[in-house]
This record gives sequence, C-alpha cells and structure tokens, in this order.
Amino acid sequence: MGTFVLRRILVNILVFLAITVGIFALVHAAPGDPVRMMINPDQVSSGSQEFIARQRHELGLDRSLPVQYWDWLRNAVTGDLGYSYVSRQSVTSAISERLGPTVELMGIALLLSLVIGIPLGILSAVRRNSWLDYGTTVFGLGAISIPPFFLGIVAIYTFSLKLSWLPSAGMTTPGVHSPGDQFKHLLMPALLLGLIAAAPIMRYVRSGVIGELGEDYTRTAEAKGASWSRVVLRHAFRNSLVPLITVVAMSVPALMGGAVVIEQVFAWPGMGQLTISSVNQNDYPVVIGVSLYVAVLVLICNLLADLLYAVADPRVRLG
Amino acid sequence: MNTAQTSDGPAPALGRTLPGTRPADFDDAEPLLEIRDLVVEFAGDEGAVRAVDGVAYSVRPGEILGVVGESGSGKSVTAMSVLGLIRRPGRIVGGEIRLRGRDLLGLTHRQMREIRGNQVAMIFQDPMTALNPVMTVGAQIIEALRLHDRKMSRAAARERAVELLTSVGVPQPEVRVGQYPHEFSGGMRQRAMIAIAIANRPQLLIADEPTTALDVTVQAQVLDLLRDARDTTGAATVIITHDLGVVAELADSVVVMYAGRVVEQAAVSELFAAPRHPYTLGLLAGVPTSEDEDEDDDDLASIPGTPPDMAHPPAGCAFHPRCPIARDRCRTERPPLAQAAPGHRSACHYADELVGATARDLFATVPDAIRDTAAPDAIAASIPDVKEAP
Amino acid sequence: MTVSTDTTIAGPGPAPAGGAVAGPRRTPARMALRRFRRNKLAVAGAAVLGLVLVLAVFAPLIARHSPNQVDLDALRQGPSAKHWFGTDSSGRDVFSRVVHAGRVSLLVGVSAALISVVIGTLLGAVAGLLGGVVDSAVMRLADIVLSFPTVIAIVVLAGVLGPSVTMLVIAIGATHWPQACRVVRGVALGLREQDYLHAARAGGAGPWWLVRKHIVPASLPPVAVAATLAVAQAVLLEATLSFLGLGVQPPQASWGNMLNDAQSLTLIESAPWMWLPPGIAIAVTVLSVNFVGDGLRDAGDPRQSKGARP
Repeated sequence: MGTFVLRRILVNILVFLAITVGIFALVHAAPGDPVRMMINPDQVSSGSQEFIARQRHELGLDRSLPVQYWDWLRNAVTGDLGYSYVSRQSVTSAISERLGPTVELMGIALLLSLVIGIPLGILSAVRRNSWLDYGTTVFGLGAISIPPFFLGIVAIYTFSLKLSWLPSAGMTTPGVHSPGDQFKHLLMPALLLGLIAAAPIMRYVRSGVIGELGEDYTRTAEAKGASWSRVVLRHAFRNSLVPLITVVAMSVPALMGGAVVIEQVFAWPGMGQLTISSVNQNDYPVVIGVSLYVAVLVLICNLLADLLYAVADPRVRLG
Repeated sequence: MNTAQTSDGPAPALGRTLPGTRPADFDDAEPLLEIRDLVVEFAGDEGAVRAVDGVAYSVRPGEILGVVGESGSGKSVTAMSVLGLIRRPGRIVGGEIRLRGRDLLGLTHRQMREIRGNQVAMIFQDPMTALNPVMTVGAQIIEALRLHDRKMSRAAARERAVELLTSVGVPQPEVRVGQYPHEFSGGMRQRAMIAIAIANRPQLLIADEPTTALDVTVQAQVLDLLRDARDTTGAATVIITHDLGVVAELADSVVVMYAGRVVEQAAVSELFAAPRHPYTLGLLAGVPTSEDEDEDDDDLASIPGTPPDMAHPPAGCAFHPRCPIARDRCRTERPPLAQAAPGHRSACHYADELVGATARDLFATVPDAIRDTAAPDAIAASIPDVKEAP
Repeated sequence: MTVSTDTTIAGPGPAPAGGAVAGPRRTPARMALRRFRRNKLAVAGAAVLGLVLVLAVFAPLIARHSPNQVDLDALRQGPSAKHWFGTDSSGRDVFSRVVHAGRVSLLVGVSAALISVVIGTLLGAVAGLLGGVVDSAVMRLADIVLSFPTVIAIVVLAGVLGPSVTMLVIAIGATHWPQACRVVRGVALGLREQDYLHAARAGGAGPWWLVRKHIVPASLPPVAVAATLAVAQAVLLEATLSFLGLGVQPPQASWGNMLNDAQSLTLIESAPWMWLPPGIAIAVTVLSVNFVGDGLRDAGDPRQSKGARP
C-alpha cells in the first residue's frame, strides 16, 4: 500500500506542476502590466517609471521565463499571490475569506448527493424497469439537462417570492444570528446543488449494483441462504463502493462548477461569486489565485480518492 | 455384448418411477431429491425460451449423481431451480422439486433461504469469481455459518471456519482464514468454496462444473475432496459437468441432458458399457479430447454440428439434425424417455439399434454436409444457461 | 453479400454465412436503427430536436418581430396576441429573441462538439496506435482535463481572453475531447493487434491511411454517441456562461443571457415570461439531445438494452 500511495502522491505533484505551468502561461496572456499584479498597488500608483523599472528588475521580470516561473511558483506556494486590483487586499486573504462559505455549501451538497443518490441508485437497480427506476432515470437526465441557474430562479420564484418560505439570497439575514436562519438560507442552494450532484452518483450506483448482481459471488451469497437485502447491500453494493469513490471524487469538480452558478443565483458569498466578480472587473490576480486554489482542491480530492480506494479494495491495499 | 444381462436391474415397477439403476444399497432408500417434469422458461425479445423442458431425475441419500450435457442443455438451470435461484427473466413454469418429500416450489422466500446453504449447498464453476473479492475467506465461511445459526458467536464461527479450512486441506488455516480470495490460488479457492458449501453439513451438495476452471492436476484433488465430503458427511451430491471423465471417476449414476431434456439415464457402469442414445455415444467418443484444458469448455469435438438454438428448437427429437441415425420419424415425433434396458432409460426411437454400436461406427457415416454447417453465432447469446457468465 | 465496408468493420463478430436466423438485410446499422426506433424517449427527443432546429433555422420567417427591435411603448408587457411571450425590459419581443437565440445555442453546441470530436479522435488514434509513453501522456492529459471544473476553466479563460462566441466554442471544444479520445483510443488499441492491420502495414500503408480507413470507421458509432452528448453539454455550458455574462454578449440574444437579463428579484416575480421561455428552451433542447444520445448508445450496444441480460 505504501508504494501505491507514494506513487499517487508523486503523480499528483506532477499534475499540479503541469497545471501551474498552464496558469503561469495565463498570467502572461493576461492583459495589463505584471508589475501591477505582483506588488502592492499603492506603491505603483505613487511610483515613477524608474520605480516600476526597478520593481521589474527586483521582481525578476527581466529574467528568462523559466526563472520567472520558478519565482512565481515559489511565491504562490508560500501563499504570496499578489494583490487584488479592486479591493487592494492580498489575494490570499481575499480568497480565504470566501473559502469557508463555499466549502460549507459544497460539503453539505456532497453529503446530500450521497444521501439521495446511493439509496435511489440501489433501489432502481433492485427494482429494475419499475416505475421507480424510470422515475430515477428521468430525474437523472433532468439533472444533467436542466440548467441549475434556471432551476434556482424557479425555486426562488416559488419558495421565496410566491410562498415566502425561504430567503432568496445570502447566508444570513443581517442582524439575525440563529442556526434556524442559517439553515433556511442554506436549504435551497445546498439542496439544488446536491440534487444535481446526486444524478451521476445515482446512475453509477445503479449500474454498479446491477453489474455486481450479475457476478458469480452474489449467487454464492444467495446460495448460502443470505437474504436478498443482504446480497444487495453487503455483497453487491459493498463491491460497487470501490469505483464509487472515484465517481464521487470526479463529481467534486462538477460540484465546484455548479457552485459557481448557484452562488451567483443565491448571492452566496463564496469563491464562485468572487471568481465571477473578479472576472467581470478584470481583477486578474484574484482570477489566477482562484484557479490555483481550485487546482489544489481538485488534486487533494483526487489524492483522497486514491487513498480511500486503497482502503476499500483489499487487492490494492495489499497488492 | 448383451447389456441387458450384465446390469443388475431392480424390479420393473421401481424402474418406472425411479429412473436409473444404482448400486444395491441405494435401492431401498427414499429419494432425497426428486425432480419431476420441471419446466423453466426465460423470457426474451422473441418470446419465451424453454431452457428446461420436462426434466425428471432423483437422487438418493449418499448417492453421487452426474448430470452431463453441453452448455445450454439446461443442466445448470435445473440445479439452480433446486435452490430457487432462477432470476428474472427466468421462471419455473411447471413441475415439482421435492426434498425429502417436501415441495420446494411451494415454499416462501424465507423458508427457501433456510434450506439454501443449510440442507442444500452449492459449489460453483469458477472459484475465481464465485468468492466475494472484498471479504476475507474466513468472513465468507463465517457468514455461511451464522446465517443458519444466529446463536453462534463470532469466535466460535471463526474457530469452526479454521476447522473447515483444515478439513478441505487448506494449509496454514489460521493464516488463510484472514486472507482475501485474491491471495488464494484457483485450487485453494475451490477448496474454500467447498468449505463454505459443507459448513452446515448439507444433505445435498450441488457442484456445478467444480473442476472445469482448474488445472488438470488440481482437478483430481478437488474430485477426491468431493468424494471425501460425501463419505464424511453422507451428503448426496449432484455433480454437473460436460466431462464424462469426471462422471466415471466420481458418480454412481448418470443423467445425460440435451436441449433441456433428459435423453438418457443409467448407472455409470451401465452407461459407459452400453450407451443407448446416439448423443451419449458421441459424448463417450469425446472423452479423451475433453482433457485438453485449452479447449472450449463444452467442446465435444466428436459430435458434428452444434447445439440447437433454444429459441427455435428443432421439431421431433432435438438431436435429429446432428444424429447419424436420424430418420423421418425423428424429425416429427419426439421420443419419450423409455426403458431401454432394466434400470436404463433412453429417449431415442431407435435405442435398440444401438446395442453394441460404437461412436466410431456411428459418426463415421455422417455426411460432410452436416459437418460443414456453420452455426449462427447468435445461438450462444440466445441460450440463457446460468453458467454463461463471463 | 450486400454489407457495406463500414458496417462489417463495426460489427463485432464475423457475419454468419448463410445462417438460419440472419436475413440479408440485417446489417448492424439497420439493427441499430430498429432498436433506436423502438426507444420511445429517443424518438420523442429526435422529434423535439427537429422542431427546435426548424425554429432556429427559419427564425426570421417564423418570428414576426426583429429580436433586437426596441419598443419603448411596450416595456415588460405580458404575453399577448401581438407578443406571444411578452416583451422584455427594452420592449423587445421575447418569442422572437428565444427563437433567434436558438441559432446561437445550436451553432455553439454543434461546432464545439465537432471540435472536441476532432481533437479527441486525433489524440485517441495517436495514443492508441503509438502506445507507450505517448499513450500515457495523452491519457494523463485527458485525466487532468476531466478533473478540472470546466465551468471555472472557461470562466477564467473568458476573463483573461475576453468573452466571445469564438472563445466559447474553442474553450468548450478544448475541454470536452477526452470522452471521444478514450473511445477512439480503445478502438485503435483493439485494431492494432489485428492481423489485417499488420497486413495493411506490410503493404505499405501509412499511419494516416490507418486512421482514415480503419480507426475512424470502426469508432464512428461510439464517437457519434460521445459527440451527441457533447452537443448537450456544450449547449448547457454556453447557456451557463452567457448567464454569467461571459458568453454571448448583448444585444445579441442567447438563452443564457436572457435569463441573466431577468435576474433581479422584481423581474423574477413580476415578469416570469422573461425567464421562463428561455429556461424551458434550454432544458427541452438539452434534454432531447441527451435522449437521442442515450438512444444511440443503447441502439449501438444491444447488450446495454433493457432486459437483454438475465
């Protein structure tokens, strides 16, 4: 198991480096003076041409690209991502402010997607070609076909504006500090995001369980006298769990993309909103910082999936 | 050769209701398992396919019965029916299956579960796939034990699992009990499967091609183990195989199946000495070649032609398209399973002509036209034999 | 035999020579078409998609108003005989805008899918034929592309390069090639070992010839499925990006930016005709493309179809 994990860590580091090269290229493709991106904007506005030239030299911008890349990477790894053009605060602090709400939204959505997707997937696998199965199939297709922002607007129209049950925006009502209020704000965005993420999980669990039920060992379990629910849960589902981990890890990027949209619709003050507003304001340092964070988050998920995979499958664990 | 005199036949009345002759000590016992007129159908795109069409055979306590046939002959489906393991789109349409006189087809799911793995246990063909890859071998034996004895403690079950592994000849059972199937070799896995099967001392053991997936050297060991299991537990055994060598080695009596029907039944010595069905003759001629392990597992090389398409079975005798002695009557009239000699039944209109015949005589006359007839590939896909899993 | 060359390659096994079951007309392509026709959802999807296509292509003939014609006397009016879907905040006819927006959406969807299929086919063929280091490099790249959130990648690209329809098409194409790539690679790997390819190579066939004559025809059915599903994703992504203000730019109408126009709470509440029609248009279009894609997949792979396996 040790070598497996080590290899996966190494691969992920390589992938991370590849992505940073891409982002670095983006830094250079971005319009605007890189000096402005890397140093405190207050100093730039007060500085003369010589000051900028000196900064350019000090920052190493007159050196070769590989050297510059190395410097940029070193700074990025130590958390120095430059300053926002707009808010003038450091990119790291701008992002860390927004990280919490996004992680909360995505975490709960992921949990919901598992709680919804797994049982529905198992049920539709066992009751194949039943109404429930057709229902979940249509739900699955709907979830990948109906745009989340449209669903969000429909939900706001119905539950916030017509029924007045739930708030339409933000994380809290200003001045109110109660868990109930927070829950009400979280409900619609998290549930929507969770439903969208549940679709691929459900689809996978369904086909996984159907596939495993076709395997010989489930027949062995049945021949031992195990009940059908035991055959399905303890044997078939337990075996389909191994690849499910990969599916869940792969659904995290999609969840992030969904979060960008959902945050926009429900004015959720997370990274997604920060990304969109930064892009609209041409705030490149923040945009680049966000993409770096996203890349790291994705790679951490991949690595986590690899580790869990090793724990769940004895053939990997011991092999 | 006069077969009628060499076989020690039972009383004629008994011969009619209890097919096949057996060594004398089986004769008086009540049958443990009795299958009558079993019909199993699989729903398909082009209507129902009859995989088992009126099969009848019985097994006495302690007897080893060999069921022989090609894939798609319904031999596995019949066995799965005994355990109530026919899954959709398969369905038992008619017949009776009695275990010690108790009708299994009338049982509830719960009652059936109590029988499975307890009174009737099964060993599957491919030990590589028949064990759950993410459970330790020990856990899978323990599961079998505790499913039928809920009061048994985990520790006691584990102890018993080690004991069982020892009894099936797994070395270092204390270590092996905590290992996963992928850490076992094929032969060891089949031993573990047998340990699971005999865990609850079943009265009936069904082994579906238990040696087909194994190396030749291991095959003999597993067969020995099955015989030992019978000798120590007294369990009757149904061994399903396409390999007459296995039958000769292990079984007391034989049922030969073709196209979902029983075509011949006899004691082993009788069947080998004096086969009364052309299909059996063909099979017997194929005995030496079936040892080649790289052969397709159901390649019965000596019989020209291919098994029938079960979605469109031939009229009359299902074997007639491949039969060297087929005549017009065979194409229209299905031969009943009738007594050909005392304790020996055959479903051939011309069983009497086969007395003294050899496969060489019989199949030498097959015209090239039959030999060259290509079989549509679709046939294999349309046969819902349970053991067809990849 | 009357079987055309591409179908013989696509078929998994040798055709039965004069078999009892197979009539002369049961080619794999015909069988697939028959299975597709039996799939009600797929047929319905194809019909709806046809309708959307007709509406988009003949938009100027169908819509009585110009999509960008501002009518300050008719702001935010509800549906009426004159304006079937009402008017928006600038008094533009919503029906006309929805119909015209379909052109952009389908154009982006189809061209992005084409780009992704071309990239995927080339990379997949190269990876499968060459194998070794090239293969692992391509597959690793595919993994990276798959694991990075597409929406965020395109948002960032749009931010840096500036939003435009061309950028959108290229960005969607550049992020959706791995599916087709995997399919083609699998086919190429399978073909590599087959005798007739060795024969072809011995006969002096170049790699381009192999791709054109063998790999592309053999991977056509599964790639068609991947392409169809890519169209659905591309239409959805275009709508998403336009909704976020980073796709099709106003005043040109797109389903996504029409929803963006109606994003304020007052408009959501008081003028549902401004956001319901474009939203439903996206959902219906993407849903029917997905139905067709699923239908194609099931038709091409009989083992996947319902009830075929016990």
